[in-house]
Amino acid sequence: MGAMVDAPGTPAAFQRLARDQLPALYALARSLDRQGAEDLVQECLLRAFRAFDSLRDPDAGGGWMRMILTNVWRDRVRKEARAPREVPVENVDEFSLYRKLIDEDPFPYSDSLHLDFLGAFDRDDVHAVLRRLPVLYRTPLVLRYVEGMPTKQIARILELPLGTVLSQLHRGRKLFECEMWCYAEEAGLITRPPATSFDRGRDPRTESA
Amino acid sequence: MKPLISCREAVRRLWRFLDEELVAAEHHDVEEHLEYCVLCCGELEFVRELRGLLGSQHAVEVPGDVRVRLEHFVDDLVGGDRADI
Repeated sequence: MGAMVDAPGTPAAFQRLARDQLPALYALARSLDRQGAEDLVQECLLRAFRAFDSLRDPDAGGGWMRMILTNVWRDRVRKEARAPREVPVENVDEFSLYRKLIDEDPFPYSDSLHLDFLGAFDRDDVHAVLRRLPVLYRTPLVLRYVEGMPTKQIARILELPLGTVLSQLHRGRKLFECEMWCYAEEAGLITRPPATSFDRGRDPRTESA
Repeated sequence: MKPLISCREAVRRLWRFLDEELVAAEHHDVEEHLEYCVLCCGELEFVRELRGLLGSQHAVEVPGDVRVRLEHFVDDLVGGDRADI
């Protein structure tokens, strides 16, 4: 017996689609706004339900709902007038995490310094780094690299010129690299070379909690 | 012959190089630079890993209690629950 198929456009079809999409919607919402992720998904579901008649292709339902969630987020940011904070880029624009690691050499005995550094981050750590980015840069970064959305589509959804999104993405990537380093230091993911390791044994995560 | 772009310029373009979003001439410049620069090749691989780390954020599980609340929300929206789902 085949899988049950609900008639398109019906409440039952919406219910099935929404339930199927909950993990993807929640993941996107959490990347954009951890504290308000559940609320963001709820508002998305509400808008999607009201507009469900306009969904022509049921197979495109997942992308359609993620687009709605992104719109909800965009509107919310505008409404709260969190005047998107621009970050002066002089110090960030040329930052290279790869080269910073070579210069600082946080794992002096490692043969694979860069991979060891990235390996120190679990999913929550990466998420914490993303949260440190101003929303202006976090939003396009999440849409591009977590959601895999093409840049032109991001520009359309955020209602911004393509050049603005490209610029925000550039700064966002560089800030992300910067914050990876800062977070690693603050969270104790990297060890300091022996000459400066007076603090060894203390757990900075515990201290900063 | 056109000179190679600098490491600084190559590094600025690496993410977009991997995203395949550079115009053909820019893409070619980076490719050409990478043929000669071991350091930038290393950075290219590092950026590739970094992109992968971001992409891994996609697979996040919904906490059980949140999932239950959201499913109830959906059920309420459509005006009742269905035992067959």
